[in-house]
Amino acid sequence: MKIAVASGKGGTGKTIVAVSLALSLPQNQVQLLDCDVEVPNAHLFLNPTIQGREEVAILRPSVDESRCDLCGRCAEVCQFNAIAVVGEKVLFFPELCHGCGGCKLACPLQAIEEVPHVIGVVEWGSVGEMAFAHGLLNPGDPMPPPIIRRLKARAQDRKTVILDVSPGTSCPVVESLRGSNYCLLVTEPTPFGLHDLKLAVEVARELKLPMGVVINRADIGDSGVERYCQEEGLPILMRIPFDRRIAEAYSGGTPLVEAFPDYKLRFRGMCREMEKQVER
Amino acid sequence: MRELVILSGKGGTGKTTIAASFAHLAERKVMVDADVDAANLELVLSPQVREEREFRGGKLAIIEPALCTAYGRCAEVCRFQAVQEGDDGYLIDPLACEGCAVCYYECPSEAIRLEEPVSGHWFISDTPYGPLVHAQLRPAEENSGKLVTIVKQQARQLALAQGCDLIIVDGPPGIGCPVIATTAGADLALLVTEPTIAGVHDLERALSTIAHFGVPALLCINKYDLNPETSRSIAKDCAARNIPLVGHIPFDVAVTEAMVQGRSVVSYCRGPASQAIERLWRETKRFLDG
Repeated sequence: MKIAVASGKGGTGKTIVAVSLALSLPQNQVQLLDCDVEVPNAHLFLNPTIQGREEVAILRPSVDESRCDLCGRCAEVCQFNAIAVVGEKVLFFPELCHGCGGCKLACPLQAIEEVPHVIGVVEWGSVGEMAFAHGLLNPGDPMPPPIIRRLKARAQDRKTVILDVSPGTSCPVVESLRGSNYCLLVTEPTPFGLHDLKLAVEVARELKLPMGVVINRADIGDSGVERYCQEEGLPILMRIPFDRRIAEAYSGGTPLVEAFPDYKLRFRGMCREMEKQVER
Repeated sequence: MRELVILSGKGGTGKTTIAASFAHLAERKVMVDADVDAANLELVLSPQVREEREFRGGKLAIIEPALCTAYGRCAEVCRFQAVQEGDDGYLIDPLACEGCAVCYYECPSEAIRLEEPVSGHWFISDTPYGPLVHAQLRPAEENSGKLVTIVKQQARQLALAQGCDLIIVDGPPGIGCPVIATTAGADLALLVTEPTIAGVHDLERALSTIAHFGVPALLCINKYDLNPETSRSIAKDCAARNIPLVGHIPFDVAVTEAMVQGRSVVSYCRGPASQAIERLWRETKRFLDG
């Protein structure tokens, strides 16, 4: 089973939940994939031993000017305005290129070659018996999805795979959720938390994933999130109270279930709930 | 005209809390919410929408089943795993399609057409604190960077037309495409961090990203008293790298209370967080003016 831990709003506690869930299950049957390749944090709490590493590259065009007759077909087919013919020159704007290969296929003179451009890495290893992998996008490179795709290819299907997803609702989130069996949404009971939870629910619905909600810092804020979950029939699987001791443990990189081992049972129970929902 | 962007790397460190308070404190400015995935500034600035426009972020390929000869060229050329083999012919997963149109150009049976669906909206609103330019990308859509670029352009035009000399941009979390679009063209970035191992780690990645685009940075530590030791180490590290530390905001329940009331914390009460944000604004302004 693949469980994606998402939220919409940032800073609601996705990583706390993903890491604690992973640490609560039989360790040789669980794998954690940190899909927040922009700012991955799970490793800070798990201190994994990294055993392997691969670079992730996208292919970008390189124009052989001796062959190019400036016909402009490449610019015509590029949907991202990443290549343009201006005067006697072909200009390339790397930050706009999606690496689709369209320009190369379209060039009637075969004047375009593709060269790999490294956008980040995927690293994998273990935390005791738990399998672990994460990705890192290079600062300044805009596109996380190719790294997330490579990371997901490392999923060990026989295990419970827990994916820690980035905040938001756009491409990196969709890429992380695609192919999962369950979407666990972590929110906080505030107007910001509620607003962004609703958006995350829409994404999970588009992907037809069963959902459950964890309310973090459950005793601050207002009752909007509880009401919304009730109206939408979203099960609230756990409420974690605001507790300065939890915040302090988190700030130093101690996982919730290590600081408060009683939570392990609750996380295991939550996992069974999710499995039941998936079976239905 | 100066453009201040508020960023953090890590989500939930307090960008919007600070942006909302700056909206209250700064004069003659245009506010922008560049977190187009999950825009929250509108929840605390009481906007009245004056103008609403559609955003079309990119194309979407659609296979016409009647024309598809199941040749399979589309699946061969697609680099985004968006083409799926169906029972009779191929299908495109709209959530995976990046709109590159390669399949459209390559299909030997001309069975693929391109559409440009509405993928979000952007708005110009009036608030008690001046104009706000904001947007909502549809959930599960892409090209948030393009939408960020549009709201920033609109804000600039609006600022010119109304004689405002400052644009304050509430940025998205992370370091990817919407953050890069937010950072491009900014004069100054205020980074908001928290004294946690994750806050420090993500701050580092945010600093590398804005350095990549040559934008100078200021730093503020939110909830600094949750881990004073880590806060001191952040301060020391910043001093060594000549990044001005312009504010320390204490943990204060009034921040959440204000949010529940739909207000900025500085307009809600005069508690410790409000006072700290006022000082933060005065310091930030010195750098904007200087």
